[in-house]
Amino acid sequence: MRSSWFRPTRRSSAAAVAAVLTLTSLAACGTSSSDDNSGAGGGSKADISAPLDPKTKVTLTIDCMPPAAKAAELREWKEDVKEFNKKYPNVTINGKSTPGQCEEPARFTAQLKAKSQPDVFYTYFTDLQQVLDNNGAADITAYVTPKTVPALDSIDGNVLGVLKKDGKLYGLPTSNYTMGLLINRKLFERAGLDPNKPPTTWEEVRTAAKKIAGLGNGISGYGEYSAENTGGWHFTAAMYGLGADVVSADGKKAAFNDATGKQVAQQLHDMRWKDDSMGKTQLLKWGDLQKQIASDKLGMFLAAPDDITYMVQQLGAKYENFGMGPIPGGKTTLFGGNDYMIKKGSSPDKIKAAVAWLNFKTLTPGKGQFQWDRTKADKLPVGLPQPNFFTGDTKAKDLASRTENATMPVENFKPFLANPVPGKAEPPKAQEVYKVLDNVMSGVLTNRNADIDKLLATAEQQVNQVLANQ
Amino acid sequence: MSAPTVSKSSPAPVRAPHQLPVRRASLARAVQRNLSAHGFLIGAVLCFSFFSWYPMVREFLLAFQKNKDGRTTWAGWSNLSYVFNDPAFWQAWRNTLLFTGLALVLGFAVPFLVAVLLNEFRHGQGYLRMLVYLPVMLPPVASVLLFKYFYDPGYGLFNRIIGIFGIPDQQWLQSTSTAMISVVVAATWMNMGGATLIYLAALQGIPGELYEAAELDGAGLWRKIWHVTIPQTRLILSLMFLMQIIATMQVFTEPFLLTNGAGPEGSTMTVVYLIYQYAFNFNNYGGAAALGLVLLVLLAGFSAVYVRLSRTQED
Repeated sequence: MRSSWFRPTRRSSAAAVAAVLTLTSLAACGTSSSDDNSGAGGGSKADISAPLDPKTKVTLTIDCMPPAAKAAELREWKEDVKEFNKKYPNVTINGKSTPGQCEEPARFTAQLKAKSQPDVFYTYFTDLQQVLDNNGAADITAYVTPKTVPALDSIDGNVLGVLKKDGKLYGLPTSNYTMGLLINRKLFERAGLDPNKPPTTWEEVRTAAKKIAGLGNGISGYGEYSAENTGGWHFTAAMYGLGADVVSADGKKAAFNDATGKQVAQQLHDMRWKDDSMGKTQLLKWGDLQKQIASDKLGMFLAAPDDITYMVQQLGAKYENFGMGPIPGGKTTLFGGNDYMIKKGSSPDKIKAAVAWLNFKTLTPGKGQFQWDRTKADKLPVGLPQPNFFTGDTKAKDLASRTENATMPVENFKPFLANPVPGKAEPPKAQEVYKVLDNVMSGVLTNRNADIDKLLATAEQQVNQVLANQ
Repeated sequence: MSAPTVSKSSPAPVRAPHQLPVRRASLARAVQRNLSAHGFLIGAVLCFSFFSWYPMVREFLLAFQKNKDGRTTWAGWSNLSYVFNDPAFWQAWRNTLLFTGLALVLGFAVPFLVAVLLNEFRHGQGYLRMLVYLPVMLPPVASVLLFKYFYDPGYGLFNRIIGIFGIPDQQWLQSTSTAMISVVVAATWMNMGGATLIYLAALQGIPGELYEAAELDGAGLWRKIWHVTIPQTRLILSLMFLMQIIATMQVFTEPFLLTNGAGPEGSTMTVVYLIYQYAFNFNNYGGAAALGLVLLVLLAGFSAVYVRLSRTQED
């Protein structure tokens, strides 16, 4: 007996055939495939080595132009374009501003997929593999030389290293950071602590947190994330600070289910439940702790220096209210940053123009983003230890200029700067590992009776599964 | 089984040579007759093609493709294998089914009972209807943030209320044992208005004579509901049941905003949130599409079984 679930009729069959044909043709239009563009837009080696032809008109679209709400930054951008055009009048800079953060991961991922990113696009250091998987960035190795980027040899090799794959360079840095302990100086003083000596060990953090939470009125001593993968990110940062790792050196096994991992989890659990110094509201994500510390409700948390800029510019906090120390433990610290890449398939002239612009805007001491006297005149922050990718004499000169033009008390960051901690990159499959580690963090921070051994063992098993799952 | 109208052994009718032009002519006439209707359809067909069908075909293709170092290759079953081997996969399904189950208990029964109650009111029904529907008109994010405040263990309204009765503070969204039910309560409050109005419309379509007859037979309130109301609204109840399951299996907004994604120890991580993680945090579109496909197959299978059962019942 024929099933009555679906009875195809002549009309429905014809419609189905038409629909399949239509959709197949549409799908064929949209199916992406790898192209063989070298990133030089088919240009030859001779094209690459030749200087940018001043007669060739080039238009560059570039994202992360400051939005109108950031009037001073936008003015500086326009001034820089004008200055740049004096030397390169043939290059038109078409800036694109984005609301909120320059890179929203969901938007960025969709852009890459649709290949609709601008010619010169902003990314985080950790995006390289994603960009390459989507055939998104040009290989700019041949275009970036001491001739086109005079400060090239002064840029920290570790920073350039994260923008390379198989020896090929795909981006130029605009900023970098290492994580440290951000403190609220006002609360430190009120709790009888010395804000010029932030805690450097987890024992000191715990003691200080207890004192700050003792101020009452809903004030927490220490804060942590435990949602949207940021909990795992901070668990990793804490592990790095103690000299441990979360993934083995070969990237194949979880490495956090040990005494150090237990120490980190136990410490947080005790601070939350025994000391009651971390507040009742948990499952926090990026942005939540910034709001708490900016409103003097939180004493300290692990952060990068540019969190302060966010708090001052977006949340109305004051620079002098914050200070930074090195990450507790001080063995190694998670580092990160952002950069610009150039869209794959761009012509050699476009790439040359983009490198020239990036060199001027982001890599030349005394110019663009490093023109600290102008930044000061525009009442923008000067004195944060970020960007921090120059080395040697260039770094010394830049730091001197920053100190001279500082718009905030730079001595508040002295403990952070005077105790540099070696930076360490994120683990492989970072976001997937962080997602699993979020459960450890949310477990210890939301469950008074959390079984830490079990949480770590489960997370270890899951991370091993994630690492084995390709 | 009734006898077939045409015997299997009957010879196939022989098509006369003149039949084809006649059919073409009638087709042309039909097209001409419905030309304006077809014209009106073009917009809808194009919209559906680009915004519904094309993405579905692309998702199907993506589920079997992989991007690595700029190359898109066919991946066979590896995306599905990745999804099934993800330690979060079963947890996400358990959570989703738990949400669906709880949402059926609360989200299916409560609006129906509210509709029955509303239907009994002789006065102020319009005002009460508006009250019930009001949460639906609020932007979902605003509603969720409202509940986030209610649930906060530090300063939230719910702990204040239970504190009056001497009940100790609860963790609500921050406990593995209460997070999901807290999400369901918020979701039910946010979404029940629409269902209530649909049930109310169905209730008001029931002829009053049936209730009068039941009353004459001595039926009380529950017997009237059981023997008159439910049978008379069975069709709409079935439809809402199906739609409720399809909607709740795709829940994303409420847990995403209330518990910032996965909740305590992943206890509110749903399948759609996992799809979101794959696509936008792990840049694994293949995995996201594969998991989407699994969800689609499951829901389509469920819908087909349900429609089949409903038809059998009707027959």
